[in-house]
Amino acid sequence: MDIFFEFFSLQDPNIRYVLAGTILLGLSAGALGCFAILRRRALVGDAVAHAILPGVCLAFIVAGGKDPFMLILGAFVFGLLSMVTMDFISRNSRIAPDASIGMVLSVFFGLGVVLLTIIQSTGHIDQSGLDDFLFGQAAAMVGQDVMVFGGLSLLILLITILTFKELKLISFDPNFAQSIGYPVKRMEFLLALLMVLTITAGIQAVGVVLMASMLIIPAAAARYWTDSLRVMLLIAAGVGAFSGITGSFISYTAPAMPTGPWMVVSTALIFFLSFLLAPGRGEIARHIQKKRLSYRVACENILKTLYAMEEEDGRADRVRTWQELRKRRHLSRGRMRKVVSTLLKKNLIAFYAGTPDGYVLTNDGRKMAKRLVRVHRLWEKYLNQHLQIAEDHVHEDAESMEHLITSEIEAELRRSLGSPELDPHLSKIPYDSDEDTKTKKGDSRP
Amino acid sequence: MITSTGWIIITGILVAVSCALVGTFLVLRKMSLMGDAISHAVLPGIVIAFLLTAGRNTFPMLIGAGIFGLFTVWLTEELSKKGRIFHDASMGIVFTTLFAIGVILISLFAGNVDIDQECVLYGEIAYVPWDLWIWQGTNMGPRPVWILGMVLIINITFITSMYKELKTYSFSPQLATTLGLPVTLIHYGLMGTVSFTTIASFESVGAILVVALLIVPPATAYLLTDRLHRLLLLSAFFGITSAIGGYYLAWWINSSIAGAIAVLAGIQFALVFLLSPKYGLLGRKFRGQVRYKSAEDTILQKETTFM
Repeated sequence: MDIFFEFFSLQDPNIRYVLAGTILLGLSAGALGCFAILRRRALVGDAVAHAILPGVCLAFIVAGGKDPFMLILGAFVFGLLSMVTMDFISRNSRIAPDASIGMVLSVFFGLGVVLLTIIQSTGHIDQSGLDDFLFGQAAAMVGQDVMVFGGLSLLILLITILTFKELKLISFDPNFAQSIGYPVKRMEFLLALLMVLTITAGIQAVGVVLMASMLIIPAAAARYWTDSLRVMLLIAAGVGAFSGITGSFISYTAPAMPTGPWMVVSTALIFFLSFLLAPGRGEIARHIQKKRLSYRVACENILKTLYAMEEEDGRADRVRTWQELRKRRHLSRGRMRKVVSTLLKKNLIAFYAGTPDGYVLTNDGRKMAKRLVRVHRLWEKYLNQHLQIAEDHVHEDAESMEHLITSEIEAELRRSLGSPELDPHLSKIPYDSDEDTKTKKGDSRP
Repeated sequence: MITSTGWIIITGILVAVSCALVGTFLVLRKMSLMGDAISHAVLPGIVIAFLLTAGRNTFPMLIGAGIFGLFTVWLTEELSKKGRIFHDASMGIVFTTLFAIGVILISLFAGNVDIDQECVLYGEIAYVPWDLWIWQGTNMGPRPVWILGMVLIINITFITSMYKELKTYSFSPQLATTLGLPVTLIHYGLMGTVSFTTIASFESVGAILVVALLIVPPATAYLLTDRLHRLLLLSAFFGITSAIGGYYLAWWINSSIAGAIAVLAGIQFALVFLLSPKYGLLGRKFRGQVRYKSAEDTILQKETTFM
């Protein structure tokens, strides 16, 4: 706990530096990653990240040790080279893009390993810190490194903000962008450039092997929370920054631990939580939605069954017993009880003259059941007439569609079919009397 | 008697051939990156097996990592479906996270585990001759050679016994499904052999460079022939040449052998890419066929397709 306070009290200027550097890196990687994900470049990023290893090694050889400017130059050149190579191979041969990504990744990385081992075996060069570039070591960054890498991240963020509108356009609809005269090629190149720069900025904190996940995971996590690119960018940048904080904290407490894996695991944790908990798109929320829908369908089916019984013997006042209902609808006893009590509470069905073992539809309930039957038959008619589906094949589809068709779609169906009298099975389509069709009562749900 | 150089080269050849054979199907099915993902993701399996068995027992390791390999494939597909994210992103999330966990486990148990971070990245093929298998007092030669030989036999058996099915599946999975072939079984069988091969090769070439041997030789061969059996033989051939050449390159410049093997495989590809009579750059230039694909079909232009 002490170390926790020691770290977050930010007394040590070194901690402040490192923290600022990794947060900036997390911000830029998270933000840029959104574009990488949307444009399906996630694994291209992985290849570029691996491919900058030879650049890092060459920078060590040329500078005779660690020099942030040479590092950035070397990494940038090899990052760009790897992208051009991937593109060139898949453009000029029958090799599929995935194979060219894998080849560039492994061969460039192999070259990096060769250079790395040569440096280690000759020993002429000050090789301290070279290993840190494999899996990252945030704490090993000194003031100058932080300034340079942090500055690079800031630059990336600034360019992203300034060109946000254009980047958004080419991410979602490059063809449209092309047609309204945007320089799509140039924008794509800019985006590729930004991606290489982001990866370059991350090499010391995260390392080349895991850098790609800092592009992919925050953006994928952010996607669960929003449909707006702007918000997604902000959330992803936040997740990235958070992992920067965890990474540098671990780097501070356990200097032997590489930082990269911890950053990855902490973002993966956030991803997993988002996947589960996000409202709307999260797994739990979707599960609840599914449950609700299936319950609603069960309720509506009971109403429909009651209506069908009325249609069969033409008597709206006859009581329908629990046993009769269960014979027609195969629900478990418990679920049936729940459904019936919900319908009673909503006043859609009622006990008949106070007897507790039989039910009739109330007026509201009948109206709703009628609507379900109506859209069911309209949909059958539509499938039969417009899509030429045989009348013995339309029932199943209508059975599920009847629960989903809104009053707007219903109006549209009626307009295009001209409010037909009969459905394909020659059953009468029940319409409300005139005054009811004008009010949109039909849309109310139990 | 085989010298230590001989053992290293034999190991390299066994790794290269096993990888090239299964890699051919990955390249044909456009699932090359699944090989990348599996080779990364099996790391926690390897480390856990190392911890549980104190390192010297191979079968638990093969099984542990095999389970992780299939788990990766399954999880990637589930996450992509359930989480509604693109397949490539889902793969990226799954394998980098598993790999990160593996690296953390290694640093946590650095004292108990006989593998280090460098070994993860580029293996220790140079130590192979000293990793002997002593059976009932007899020196049977290096242990990795036996394991790799077994994996190679498994791979060859798998491919020859399922040759027709694999062929149909790799050129047209739709047709395979229509014909009633057990596509899921073939898919997971292939992924299983990829996992085994990756793990067996792990000690020699590490988790990342194995990708070079899985993808580059088959891709090289793919530029020279259209027939599956020739493709398999040529991939194996290119695997062998890069293993042998890589060894001597590494010896010459005094570097990591695995890295040199990957570099040599890359050089071979570059040469074939330029010179192949039918699909090479110069050959097509000569025939006046300037562009192979339309501009929309390339990485910078269009979404890449996986699986």
